Amino acid sequence: MARVNLVLLVVAVICALAAVTSSHRARKLFIGLENEQKRMRELDVEWSQLQLEQSTWANHARVEKIARDRLAMHRPAAGRVLSVEAR
Amino acid sequence: MRLKFVHSPLLSQPLPAWRARVVLALLLSAFAALVVRSLFLQGIQNDFLQKKGESRYERVIEISATRGRILDRHGDVLAVSVPVKSIWAIPEDASLSPAQSRQLAALLEMDVRELNRKLGAEKDFVFLKRQIPPDQADRIAALQLPGIHAQREYRRYYPVGDVTAHVVGFTGVEDAGQEGVELALNAQLSGQPGSRRVIKDRRGQIVEDVESIKAPVEGRDVTLALDGKIQYLAFSYLKQAIEDNRAKAGGIVVLDAKSGEVLALANLPTYNPNNRVKLAGAQLRNRAFTDTFEPGSTMKPFTAALALEKGKFRSDTPVQTAPGRLTIGTATISDAHPHGVLTVAEVIQKSSNVGISKIALTFPPGEMWSMFDAVGFGHPLKLGFPGEVGGRLRPAKSWRPIEQATMSYGHGIAVTLIQLARAYLAFARDGDLLPLSLTRTAGAAGSGQNVFSAKTAREVRAMLELAVQAGGTAPKAQIAGYRVAGKTGTAHKVDGGVYANKYVSSFVGFAPASDPRLIVAVMIDEPGGKAYYGGDVAAPVFAQVMAGGLRTLGVAPDAPLKPLQVAAAR
Repeated sequence: MARVNLVLLVVAVICALAAVTSSHRARKLFIGLENEQKRMRELDVEWSQLQLEQSTWANHARVEKIARDRLAMHRPAAGRVLSVEAR
Repeated sequence: MRLKFVHSPLLSQPLPAWRARVVLALLLSAFAALVVRSLFLQGIQNDFLQKKGESRYERVIEISATRGRILDRHGDVLAVSVPVKSIWAIPEDASLSPAQSRQLAALLEMDVRELNRKLGAEKDFVFLKRQIPPDQADRIAALQLPGIHAQREYRRYYPVGDVTAHVVGFTGVEDAGQEGVELALNAQLSGQPGSRRVIKDRRGQIVEDVESIKAPVEGRDVTLALDGKIQYLAFSYLKQAIEDNRAKAGGIVVLDAKSGEVLALANLPTYNPNNRVKLAGAQLRNRAFTDTFEPGSTMKPFTAALALEKGKFRSDTPVQTAPGRLTIGTATISDAHPHGVLTVAEVIQKSSNVGISKIALTFPPGEMWSMFDAVGFGHPLKLGFPGEVGGRLRPAKSWRPIEQATMSYGHGIAVTLIQLARAYLAFARDGDLLPLSLTRTAGAAGSGQNVFSAKTAREVRAMLELAVQAGGTAPKAQIAGYRVAGKTGTAHKVDGGVYANKYVSSFVGFAPASDPRLIVAVMIDEPGGKAYYGGDVAAPVFAQVMAGGLRTLGVAPDAPLKPLQVAAAR
């Protein structure tokens, strides 16, 4: 009888320790997840800032100004346009 | 004699046995009560204690939701929310040393005295500065000043600025739409913040998710029908024309005749939605939607269409317009240039008020009213825009003959620019009138409401083509390589009840005339220069925007390239 009790005690102790470790690991993983989610939010912020930057650089007014002033581009005269049929 | 304690007679006195039992029973029952109570608290009714315990380490966290973006039809960003921080303080807690105040003021880019005034306020809560970039806020947080806190907020940015200001609109500081699409589609754009319950450890780190109380709903993006490039062309050419003609204001609308989408819409004067410090009512007005004007001769094609539709006239039916004047009752209608006998087509080409009035007077007012009503005048388009108006179209019963005559050439009736542009869809689409769309639709629309027969629409189209050619009122609306159709309008403005020497010049037209793709409507309010005719002021804007728009969309030319009949001065 005492033997069975001893075995059961050992099993109980092992189970208790396992529960503690696994909950610790769960928390660690959760913190990891939380950090990744935080990173995701930060990247989202960066993305929206980059979008804003891109559309500021690609502003039509700016593109036209650079094309005209710096690259000396101009629209071809109507007689110099040849249109071809796309197939 | 000394008695030993054990021999005390009191002890030897036999006590009744029940007394000991009573004490024992009392003690046992007290223990039992404790056990029962603890069992009750631990096992049966345990929520209260559990809650108390959890509240020591559980927290409810807000999860913010971002407002959706507004995109043009190619996915270019027109409005986007970027997180920013707002710095606030509890004045009572914020006891800063002079050096700290100076440091904080420098980081906030504000005056030290201003800062001290705010911190000295008798309030529990005061915003020091709203909506600053996050990195600036982080530097402030690094100072670890007592009583100074940062709060996460969103700020709306409009990268294209004044070009799309009236369509896109703007939001207030609380992130709710206040104007334009931001208001019209606020429900779709705005997100709903959620919240969740978590367990935090001693260091404030979240260690476990307990439950998600409310999932956040992210705002959805809105893709407008607007084409960024055409919008820019429309805006910049209109701006140029208004400066050149010293006009008071103006508006332009570009529609896709195939789908009824609004490809561009601009009004001037405008404003920069990113910086709305000095904003006047005139700048905010979305004229194309909220301001009605008497359209003038741009209305004539509708009367002509009615005449053809009812079969009383053909496009070559002669109409006597000599001597260029027509007296109805006490009022006289006159032409700018007197003509002789004109066909119906020539009445439109030369824009004869007398001719169109004579045609109009052959119809009962009710028939004319039904036609105006059918093409959408007199009631708002219901696009959901704030302040959208329906214009003025009085019931036919109250029309006097002179009013019916003036209405045929666009006086005594008031419309908005967008209504006028949409009504021309009927000519461009063989009589089929589509509902407009501010948001991108999937390709070509089906059919709308049929207001004219295809034959009538084609004939009116041919007349409108004549108006743009040599001998018409708007040769300046021509575009190399494309057949263009359109109509000028020059309307006197009513000032204090009488027609004053102020004008509204307009032009509405479409191209390519063989298979219309774009409709452009231009309105210029009170041109201050010598030129005020629609053909001189509004038609060149139409031609520039139309040429640019057709090129942007890659529409094939439908006319041989030949020198323009009127050399467009560049």
